[in-house]
Amino acid sequence: MANVTLDTVDKFYGKHQAVHGISLDIADQEFVVLVGPSGCGKSTTLRMIAGLEDISGGTISIGDRVVNDLPPRERNISMVFQNYALYPHMTVGENLGFSLKIAKMPDAEIASAVNEAAQILGLDELIDRKPAELSGGQRQRVAMGRAIVRHPEVFLFDEPLSNLDAKLRTQMRVEIKKLHKKVASTIIYVTHDQVEAMTLADRIVLMRDGHIVQVGTPLELFNKPVDVFVATFIGSPPMNILDGVVRGDQIQLTDDLAIKIPSDARGLVQDGQAIKFGFRADNLTPKGHGVSDEGEIATIDLEVSLAEPLGTETLLFAEIGGVEVQAKMLNPRSVKPGETLSFQLMLDKCHIFDADTGAAIRG
Amino acid sequence: MTRRRLPEWFLLLLPAIIVIAAVVLIPLIFSFYSSFTPYKLTRPSTLWKWVGTYNYEKILSDVKFWAAFGRTILFLTIALNLELMLGLGIALLVNKVTWGQRGIRTMLMFPMMFSPILVGFQFKFIFNDNIGLVNNIIQSVGFADVALPWLVDGKLAMFSILFAEIWMSTSVFAILILAGLFAIPRDPLEAAKVDGCTPWQSFRHITLPFLMPFIFIAMTIRSLDVARAYDIVQIMTGGGPARRTELLWTLMSRTGYVDARMGLANAMGYVSILLSILFTIYFFHKLSAARAELGMTG
Repeated sequence: MANVTLDTVDKFYGKHQAVHGISLDIADQEFVVLVGPSGCGKSTTLRMIAGLEDISGGTISIGDRVVNDLPPRERNISMVFQNYALYPHMTVGENLGFSLKIAKMPDAEIASAVNEAAQILGLDELIDRKPAELSGGQRQRVAMGRAIVRHPEVFLFDEPLSNLDAKLRTQMRVEIKKLHKKVASTIIYVTHDQVEAMTLADRIVLMRDGHIVQVGTPLELFNKPVDVFVATFIGSPPMNILDGVVRGDQIQLTDDLAIKIPSDARGLVQDGQAIKFGFRADNLTPKGHGVSDEGEIATIDLEVSLAEPLGTETLLFAEIGGVEVQAKMLNPRSVKPGETLSFQLMLDKCHIFDADTGAAIRG
Repeated sequence: MTRRRLPEWFLLLLPAIIVIAAVVLIPLIFSFYSSFTPYKLTRPSTLWKWVGTYNYEKILSDVKFWAAFGRTILFLTIALNLELMLGLGIALLVNKVTWGQRGIRTMLMFPMMFSPILVGFQFKFIFNDNIGLVNNIIQSVGFADVALPWLVDGKLAMFSILFAEIWMSTSVFAILILAGLFAIPRDPLEAAKVDGCTPWQSFRHITLPFLMPFIFIAMTIRSLDVARAYDIVQIMTGGGPARRTELLWTLMSRTGYVDARMGLANAMGYVSILLSILFTIYFFHKLSAARAELGMTG
């Protein structure tokens, strides 16, 4: 059993505070992804869990042990680093077996553990090579193999895929997901890539400036962002955000464009309130190329400035009040720049945020 | 009418050829030739008398030469190993310093800034049996009540010279190894920590393999340096007492300049150069092996 608990954990570098009293409960065998823009404290948090950084305040527990003052070797964790961190002077086999050798395990047992890990990751044929003779993807697999041979209670991944090319990254993502099923351990995974976070996580922890902004399943973060930052960080393309003012039962977006407030949000805003109005590209579709005509729908005519055909759908770019917005066209036909289309906006999927704080009024 | 012209490639190489000939080639040929003559500085005409391998045969059976040869190897081995151990220790400590490291690094180099002759004089004073610092301290603390003959007793004199040599040159190792420590990527060390290494195990299995190329570079440079050790020895003991601290170069300079037998001295030089070549080959071999180990090419 290895649940990981962070209780009001702080990290100071001199006077600069990198992590601000974050608290988090991670269940046994859960796959948690820490995600956020660079400098948000996610890697620092991971390194504190690993024991590579001192903890300035609060406590971190693994299982039911407080590990604040334990060196990494006594925490029963293993870690996969961004730059693989392989030992260049050892072969793949020696890299895999190093931690077991240090633990003074008998040679025969080391060999069988190394073979098992090599098999899981398809490294059998590379076992006698040096890291310098491996490709990026192979090195990454060795780094993962090195982590799994010990059967640790917790795996820590520090941006493990960011040095790989896009295709390999997608492939390794699947392998990591499969690996989690096989090893059934707790995984804490750091990335700045929201796609990785969405696809891998049981739960996402979205961080910014050393604070946790939102914790939840990928769909919770996607559908119910707590503020504008989460709304624009999660999801691709990012959510369209427009400034607006509440006028009666309408939101005035530009001088000549007002749309109806979704019926379940009417009690939540006051007349004259400045808000930010958000909607995803998926919910702004040309008439006849979207999902359905049911529900609350506003119709807007927009001039398309650019079309990006992606095959099954086309991304359309247009402007509302000088702000670029993106729309999605399903079952696409070819669209020329300058063409004016009639778009349908699904109001019940829209988000309303406070203009000052950015906090969600209607998530 | 066509004028004969030298080929262009030759013209272009000519400056380099002239410099190399003046600086290396002519002295080399001259000294090698003179090692087959009984050339005496005091009688220049001896330069034209060919004696074949007489000088070399003489050296091969010369006990004094081989004693100096062996002593130089011993001196080299002790000095290099101690300098390595001390330099490694100093580098590891300085690497841990977080405040004022630049200053310490500069101070480390102070001993290298002195002329070896001055270091020799300084230690000659420090180890002087009557007025030297060491004997003064020993006697006033009460470890001994007689003056220890630091530079007169054969073994002690060797120790004193080694001490001066190590004092002067340990920082070469310290600086080069420190550079090596700076070049070690942080990731593998952190991976080792997570993999369960104690600080000693991290050093043994990760840090040291990374340092080996730097150590062998330092070894190569220093083996060439120490093999031509002359100044400190000449100043402190002059090869004495009774040749007990005689190294190759003090012997050669005595033969060449004091006895004026330059032909013989040059022959000695060519025999002892073997020593330097052997050490260089050995350490270069080790260096390439250590680099290959780390997956570096070339």
